[in-house]
Amino acid sequence: MRLAEAWRVALDALRANRLRSILTMLGVVIGVAAVVALVGIGTGTKGQIEQQVEGLGSNLLLVVPGRLEAGSAPAASTMTMDDVDAVARVVGDRDRVAATIASGETVRAGSRSAFASMQGVLENTPNVFVRRLDRGSYLTRTDVTTGRRVAVLGAGTATALFGDRDPIGRQITIGGVRFRVIGTFERLGQSLGVDRDSEVHVPVTAAQRLLGTDRIDGLAIRAPDRERINRLSTAVVDTLTDRHPDTDFSAVTQEQILGVLGDILGVLTGVLAAIAGISLLVGGVGVSNIMLVSVRERTKEIGLRKAVGARPRDIGVQFLLEAVLLTTIGGVLGMALGVTSALLVDALSPVPAAITWWSLALAFGVSAIVGIIFGVVPAQRAGRLDPVVALRTE
Amino acid sequence: MTAAIVATEVSRTYDLDGVSVPALRGVSLTIEPTDYVAIVGTSGSGKSTLMHLLGGLDRPTGGTLLIGGRDVAGLNPGEMAKLRNETIGFVFQSFHLLARTTARDNVALPLVYRGVGRRERRARATEMLERVGLSHRLDHRPNQMSGGEQQRVAIARALVTGPSVLLADEPTGNLDSATGQSVLALLESLNSEGVAVVLVTHDREVAARADRQIVMKDGVII
Repeated sequence: MRLAEAWRVALDALRANRLRSILTMLGVVIGVAAVVALVGIGTGTKGQIEQQVEGLGSNLLLVVPGRLEAGSAPAASTMTMDDVDAVARVVGDRDRVAATIASGETVRAGSRSAFASMQGVLENTPNVFVRRLDRGSYLTRTDVTTGRRVAVLGAGTATALFGDRDPIGRQITIGGVRFRVIGTFERLGQSLGVDRDSEVHVPVTAAQRLLGTDRIDGLAIRAPDRERINRLSTAVVDTLTDRHPDTDFSAVTQEQILGVLGDILGVLTGVLAAIAGISLLVGGVGVSNIMLVSVRERTKEIGLRKAVGARPRDIGVQFLLEAVLLTTIGGVLGMALGVTSALLVDALSPVPAAITWWSLALAFGVSAIVGIIFGVVPAQRAGRLDPVVALRTE
Repeated sequence: MTAAIVATEVSRTYDLDGVSVPALRGVSLTIEPTDYVAIVGTSGSGKSTLMHLLGGLDRPTGGTLLIGGRDVAGLNPGEMAKLRNETIGFVFQSFHLLARTTARDNVALPLVYRGVGRRERRARATEMLERVGLSHRLDHRPNQMSGGEQQRVAIARALVTGPSVLLADEPTGNLDSATGQSVLALLESLNSEGVAVVLVTHDREVAARADRQIVMKDGVII
C-alpha cells in the first residue's frame, strides 16, 4: 500500500469517530499545551531576570561583607568610607567605585508619607549603575563632602508624596530630618522582586549622620572591561580582608548572579516541564487505549483487508498512522493552546512568557513520538490478527 | 493448463487449550481454472476450514497445498497476502463491505494493496461494477443498496484483481431466493468466462447447480 493511501485511510477512520477522536486528542492537547506554556513562562522569566541584571549596568562587581553561600547569614558591615578610598586606590579610578548605606525610612511631605529605601550614596552612582533622571539633577561632589541634606526620589516615592506636582525644590523629611528634593528618577518597575522606584538617594555623609554611624553596607565597582573583572575582584577582596582580618568579604559579578539564578530557573522550568510531560504521557496512554478499542471494533474490517491482500505490515502501518495522526493533530492544537495561554499570561499577569521555536519543535516531535510509542502495541496487534478469526468475528 | 489449486492429503489440526482437534484429515482435491465446484457439508464438517485453506487465509498442518502453483508451506504472512491478492477472489455471506466507503472504492480496495494508482483503481473498479450491472451505483454506500446489490459489489471486488479462483462462502445465504438466483447466475456467467468458482454451501439446491460437488463430513471428503 502506498503511504499517501495509508494516510487517507487513517484520516478517514478518525473522521468516522469524530467525537472519540477529539476526546482522545484532548489528552495530548492538554499535555502539549502545558509543556509549551510552562517552558514559555520559564524561558520568559529567565530572559526578564537576565535583562534586569544586565540592566543594572555593565561589568559590575558587587562587594559585600560576609560569605555568599547558601545557608550563611548576612554579616553586619564593618566597612567605612576609608575602605572605599582604599578600594578606589586599587581600582585606580574613584569614579568607578560606588558605596551605599541603606535603611528603610518613612519619608514625609506635608501630610503625605511613604515608606522608602533610603540609600546613602556617592555622587558617582550614575557612573556605576544605570540610573536615569526624569527631572532635576543628581547629587554633586559638594553635596557628598558637605553632607548637604538633598534627595533624589524614585518615581514611586515622588508620586506617593507629590502626586502630579513637581517635587523639585520641595521639602521632605526622612526620619524626621528635613531634606530638599533636587531630582527624580525615571520609572524602572520591579527588578528581582525589589521595587526600585521607592528608593531615595541622599549623600552618604548625610545618611550616616542621620543613622548615627560611619559604616558602609556595600560597594559596587564598574570594571573597565570584562577581562579585568576577576583580577579586580581578587584584589578588592584582598585589600578589604587586610583591613578587616576578622571579616569575610565576597565579590560577585553579574555573570555569577545570572549563573546562580539561571541554574535555579533551569531546574524550576525542568520540573514544570516534567510535570507537564506526565500529562502528555497520560494522553499517550489514552491514545493507546482508544487504538486498542478501535482494533477490536474493526476486527472484521481488518480481516477483510487481509483477505483481499493487505499484508500484516499494511494493517500495522494503517493503525500506527492513525495513532500518530491523533497525537500530531493533538500536538498542533496543543501548541496553539500553549502559545495562546503563554501570551495571555504574559499580557495579563506580571509573569513574563517567551515562546521559543525549539520548544515548539520539541513539543511537536514529542507528540509524534508519543503517537509512535503508544501506537505500536495496538498496531502490532492489528497486524498480527489471524484473518480467519477476524473474518469470523461478528 | 496448470491447476489453480492442488491439495494433496491436506490436514488441519487446531490446538485448543493443549488438546489437538483435527478439522481436516487428509483431503486431496484439484481446482482447475474452468471448474465450477460446490463444497457441501453440515456445520462442523470441515468445509469452512477447507475454504480458508483453499483461499490462502490459513495454512495446513499436514500435506501439501499449492495455490497458483506455489506451495504455501514456505510462505510468510506477507507473501500469503500477496498470493491471495493475486489469485483468489473472496465472496462472503455477509458481504463484508466497508460501511463508510462507496461501491467504487470498496471494489478498488484490493488494488490498494497491489500498489495501483488511484486513477487506475477507480477506472478498473468502474469497469467491474459495470460488469456486474451496477454502473448506476458507483458512488452509493452499502447502506444505500439492497442485499443483492451489495453482494454484486462484493463480487466485483473479488474480480477486480483478475483472480483465477472465486471463493464464495454461502454467497446466497443472506439473500431472498430470487436475488440469490441472480447472484448465482452472475457467478455462473463469470465461470463461463474462465474464472474457477468454488461455492461453499449447505444448501443442496445451490450445490446442485455446480458441475462438481464435494461433500465433506468429519473432516474428510466422502
